[in-house]
Amino acid sequence: MNADGAIQEPTQHVSLRGMPLWLLAEVTYRCPLQCAYCSNPLGFARYRDELTTEQWVSVFRQARELGSVQLGLSGGEPLLRKDLETLVGEARTLGFYTNLITSGVGMDERRLARLREAGLDHIQLSFQADESELSDQVAGRGHFEHKRAIARAIHAQGYPMVFNIVLHRLNLDHIDSILQLAWDLGADYVELANTQYHGWAFHNRKALMPTRAQLQHAEAVTERWRQKADGRMRIFFVGSDYYDQKAKPCMNGWGTTFLGVAPDGRALPCHGAAELPGLALPSVARTPLREIWEDSDAFNFFRGDHWLPEPCASCEVLAQCHGGCRCQAYLLAGDPAVTDPTCPKSPHHDRVLAAVEAADRPGTAKPLVFRTVENSRLLRGSGTDPNS
Amino acid sequence: MDRSAHVALARGVRLQWEPAQQARVLLYPEGMVQLNESAGEILALCDGRTLAEMIDELQRRFPDAEVGDDVLEFLADARRQGWVEWEDADHER
Ligand code: SF4
Ligand code: SF4
Repeated sequence: MNADGAIQEPTQHVSLRGMPLWLLAEVTYRCPLQCAYCSNPLGFARYRDELTTEQWVSVFRQARELGSVQLGLSGGEPLLRKDLETLVGEARTLGFYTNLITSGVGMDERRLARLREAGLDHIQLSFQADESELSDQVAGRGHFEHKRAIARAIHAQGYPMVFNIVLHRLNLDHIDSILQLAWDLGADYVELANTQYHGWAFHNRKALMPTRAQLQHAEAVTERWRQKADGRMRIFFVGSDYYDQKAKPCMNGWGTTFLGVAPDGRALPCHGAAELPGLALPSVARTPLREIWEDSDAFNFFRGDHWLPEPCASCEVLAQCHGGCRCQAYLLAGDPAVTDPTCPKSPHHDRVLAAVEAADRPGTAKPLVFRTVENSRLLRGSGTDPNS
Repeated sequence: MDRSAHVALARGVRLQWEPAQQARVLLYPEGMVQLNESAGEILALCDGRTLAEMIDELQRRFPDAEVGDDVLEFLADARRQGWVEWEDADHER
């Protein structure tokens, strides 16, 4: 799943810095889909334990005390939790704006109505493509027709509808008909999120990276749709740092805004933190959330910008970019504590350029490795807790 | 702008007081904006009443202020941001 909160801060009052405004609850890693771009850790199969209802509610309460306002209920597929309605209800009562990030599989009209009653504020429904065959090709089983029916039901029940799709080599050329689909389904917001090459997407990078021409075409088509959809459907095009030649200010700065919790209770300073070496992730089942947020090594490790080496240390935009993404630094440069190689100033930037250029060359399509339990075990061994 | 238009928060947009921030905030899918006091006052009145009623109410609360153009400008912007909505009279837009 992909959920990056957009938090605007245009005015004065109490500074927002230092509050975990965005709480992402990954309530389960079980999922009926197998998206080859999934941002879950490769080793997700090792997370067998899941927090109980009471434990989640306790996390929500503690997070509210720290200033959290946006709650993302994500996964895996959160609908697989039978207590989802309870979790939504408790979170809403605590004052959260509740966002459900779902594939729609496991949803029906009755459940939609129950969630509405519980106070669910918004549903982000993810699609893989504009048609069934390609959806299956990307997600193992795409359940396209079901998603379409659920999208209509979401709209009919008065929820704001956020249509989300991850873009890559296989679906970028469908952009026009993807936007047409969103339009026909009555989407209020469309998130066109170019693949971020972490997790499963990094593993499938060769198959997923588009040509530059594909990206340019998609941007042009999106711009045309923006003119047409003005007012009724808002379109967000999230670019790719590989192609933008610019490191993204990941998590808005480590330990400033984002607090994730994995299904088993491990607290995550970023989506991919479980894959970073040398980071001991504290568990919400054992440690109070305030202590985790304020004092844990994991959240303090990359907090602030002072620890960044050159070229970031003397860079004039460090305060905006924070040296980019830690996971990407690790995946591309082998060290999470260096400049993100998507930045042209990084000594490892040639690796990013090489990947972009390789994607431009015609070649035989690489088969996708699906996000399945078997593949997870194969790729990351099994049984042991990577953090203990 | 048509003063008989009924102004309401857009679908999925919620206004609430946040003790941690000592401010009103506007919440919408995956986002938040912290409001200053006047923005908060105006948005709190976007409950389906007409624009004319809103302006009267604000004028009553802040008799010394010049309420009017600023409010219209703010609301036009809030609408562009997707925070509030109203139906335009047919001849506009
Ligand atoms: S497999 Fe697909 S639907 Fe399931 S969690 Fe990953 S991205 Fe989401
Ligand atoms: S050098 Fe570092 S701080 Fe400067 S733009 Fe590149 S990543 Fe960002």
